[in-house]
Amino acid sequence: MRQIHLTVNNEKYQVYCPEHITLLTLLREHLHLTGTKEGCAAGECGACTVIFNGKAANACMVLAPEANGAVVETIEGEAKDGVLSPLQQSFIEHHALQCGFCTPGMIMSARALLDANPAPTRDEIKEAMEGNLCRCTGYEPIITAIEQAAGGERGA
Amino acid sequence: MREYIGKGALRHDGIEKVTGQAEYLGDIKLNGMLYAKIKTSPYAHAQIVSIDTSKAEALPGVRAVLTGRDENVMVGLYMVDRWAMAAEKTRYYGEVVAAVAADTQEIADRAAELIEIEYMPLPPVLDVREAVKASSPQVHENSEVYDYIKGVFHPEPGRNIANRTKVRKGDVDAAFLRADVVIEHTYEQPQVFHLPLEPHGTIVQWGAGDKVKIHTSAQSPFAVRDLFAHGFQLPRSKVEVNVPYVGGGFGGKAGIHMEPLVGMLSKRCGGRPVKLIPTREEECATFPCRQGLVARVKTGATKDGKIIAEEVEYLWDGGAYADYGVNISRAGAVTACGPYDIENVKVDSVTVYTNKIFGTAYRGFGHPEVFFGIERQRDLLAKELGMCPVELRLKNLLMPGAHTITGELITEHTGRVDKCLKMVAEKLNVGQDYTPEEKAEFQKTGKYRAKAAAVLQKSPAMPTWSASSAVVHMNEDGTVHITVGGVDFGQGTYTVLQQIAAERLQIPIEKIVMAPGVNTDMSPYDWQTVASRMTVLCGNAVCEACDDLTEQLLEMGSIVLRASKHEVALGDECVYVKQNPQYSMPYSKICMGYTYENGNAIGGPIIGRGKSIAQGLTNLDPETGQGKTALDWTYGAHAIEIEVDTHTGDIRVVDMASCLDVGRVMNEAMVHGQMIGGVLQGLGTTFSEAVYYDGEGRLLTRNLTDYKIATFKDMPEKLEICCVETPQLDGPYGARGIGEHPLIAITAVIANALANATGAEMYDLPLSADRVRAALAKE
Repeated sequence: MRQIHLTVNNEKYQVYCPEHITLLTLLREHLHLTGTKEGCAAGECGACTVIFNGKAANACMVLAPEANGAVVETIEGEAKDGVLSPLQQSFIEHHALQCGFCTPGMIMSARALLDANPAPTRDEIKEAMEGNLCRCTGYEPIITAIEQAAGGERGA
Repeated sequence: MREYIGKGALRHDGIEKVTGQAEYLGDIKLNGMLYAKIKTSPYAHAQIVSIDTSKAEALPGVRAVLTGRDENVMVGLYMVDRWAMAAEKTRYYGEVVAAVAADTQEIADRAAELIEIEYMPLPPVLDVREAVKASSPQVHENSEVYDYIKGVFHPEPGRNIANRTKVRKGDVDAAFLRADVVIEHTYEQPQVFHLPLEPHGTIVQWGAGDKVKIHTSAQSPFAVRDLFAHGFQLPRSKVEVNVPYVGGGFGGKAGIHMEPLVGMLSKRCGGRPVKLIPTREEECATFPCRQGLVARVKTGATKDGKIIAEEVEYLWDGGAYADYGVNISRAGAVTACGPYDIENVKVDSVTVYTNKIFGTAYRGFGHPEVFFGIERQRDLLAKELGMCPVELRLKNLLMPGAHTITGELITEHTGRVDKCLKMVAEKLNVGQDYTPEEKAEFQKTGKYRAKAAAVLQKSPAMPTWSASSAVVHMNEDGTVHITVGGVDFGQGTYTVLQQIAAERLQIPIEKIVMAPGVNTDMSPYDWQTVASRMTVLCGNAVCEACDDLTEQLLEMGSIVLRASKHEVALGDECVYVKQNPQYSMPYSKICMGYTYENGNAIGGPIIGRGKSIAQGLTNLDPETGQGKTALDWTYGAHAIEIEVDTHTGDIRVVDMASCLDVGRVMNEAMVHGQMIGGVLQGLGTTFSEAVYYDGEGRLLTRNLTDYKIATFKDMPEKLEICCVETPQLDGPYGARGIGEHPLIAITAVIANALANATGAEMYDLPLSADRVRAALAKE
């Protein structure tokens, strides 16, 4: 067992957990933040994407001890005080989700992209989002949602 | 009148899904819950010699170890041929042989490793063409004892044949003799995974007094209840199935899966809830997939391009069990020749057992597979005749007055495949040649472009009696809750039902709420959420339920307003007197009963109920295949322009147009969502998706690296979605089902374009770069 300190969605946590578990298990099983989904546990689908020290990362590919001292943002932190972010709003308005299982990961990847590049082109969006798989939407509405949210967040 | 049909509404569940609040099966934890792990077969076909569970049982924290020899149950939707665990022999790599329940997932995983199983390998049956021969080793030795729906399916025990559906129309042999041109080709397609992002998860609690509570990631809660109860000989009333948010299904979560196995584990553990979430590898290896198909198609035509005869043999690679998949050969027979008017037809559509992952429903239910061969065949016939392939199709398509191959009359209300084809062909100028400059550029770069078009059709393949129902409750404030027994696992059914209710009741859509999950103890019955049947059947049930509610509001209103029922009407969420609209009563004052000033109360809570069942469907004649199986036919067409890099074999989709005759657009954005998503899934099937085994039948594609689905980078560069609207007479507001259709015929339209671009005729899938390059090298 190991003690891990980390910040998730601006809240500080201190967790005792086995050393070999992943950040994904830590979030879901120990902090009960189940918005982050497990789709493959092998870094192949992107459903568990979180923002890890400022960058999008597959939580299933990060060992819990690596998260000691880390700052993590998950889907639960995207809406503030019960108000959806423009990105979340845009996903709804552009039908960028169907079954919704990939959606938390999609939104976190898009959040990391927009934080680094507030005005991405469609090609830049595809490049940044390529690691996130969706079986329902055909991706097109997701690209539109991110594009429109970027415009909205910039006040365009 | 406010309009809620057409432009549509935003998803009913958007907020829950973008915030991570939507609770899926994996997010559920119950008090006292144990964790399960399955132990699967490393052989495709093997006798189980012995199983030693002693080491696993000795591990601290292990609560139950179960093998097929301890306790077992047989399940199956149409063909009851599948045990919860293999007992005597295993029939595919990945089949469950034993299972464990333990205090933690880690202990369960370790315990499964400690189970020792001795196998005696048997020769695996891996090729349907071999499997179908009388001399083949048998996948099921005693299949004559299996229960199945008699009169609908026709198994041939003693051979690896779980069903043969025949269609006989006219006289094919005579017609082939008359034909000016006869062509015959064989088309092959591999098995394909559904690949929902969420795996199949299940929690079962087998409580005292045999009261069973199941939480499961399923498309069809009532089918799970029915098959579970039937398997264990329990009354339906003792089995409660709860379905939370479901992370995609595509057919793979229809029918029943691990619920019986997990139920037996729970029973062994004194009724503690047991949870099973398969790993992605287990999801690939153990759960069913889309069937493979070997299709032999022989077509005869006159020299002016009229198809006069078609003989088809479909060998469906059903894998180890026919369970649900047996109905795919029947559906494949009904649609065997596509939306064409052909007088002489002979079809044999056969479900074949092999030692592979077993097949089940998959978006399109056999049609994407059938249409690869049929729509390739049409282009090849056009080439043989020197005709434009679009013209050849237009000459032969089903038009009002024609009959399908099973004898169903096409009317002016059935839908218009010709309009769909014309629309997409015009949008892409299919048939127009490239300029000499463009052709020179193709030669220079080695990147050749070409176009093609193809048509599609599908009707639901479901039992004639498959029913839906809906309950509409009005709340104290006049808002409305709708409960149905079908599941919205992303396709948007619930939003459309909300729109239907808003339109019908003329209540703002924000005031209409869909109950988010289904619970068989509380929700009204629905057969299954499959076959693109929900908008039509469940939509009609919601219409009827709303009309029932309306009648009750009018009745209460007329009493309270002291007017005859015919003198009152509904509007602005009130009942009012037609002659004196100022005399009105808001719904909120009457929907829980009305209370007079002196305290007298009348009426009571107003609840509308509705039901629907397809009208006039019949079973097929066992010898001729004649009958009416279609609730509705949705037709469509795709046109495409591709660029083939002849150096690498890569194919790029440059432009595309897809069109369906949807009857009525219920929600434009959602129609587009289904169509874009379906097209992309079809592109995956075309370019990269295939289940591969080694020579011994061991699965090779067990993860998302070896099995690739389309990503953001595989989108077509341009995709235009269009709709034809020929109203369906019995569809709600004229609508038809469209969920499965967009991915039908995608494989064919691309293979046809590939042939047009390069001359390489491909008869098998996928059209991956390596295989295309190999085909080009042969040219």
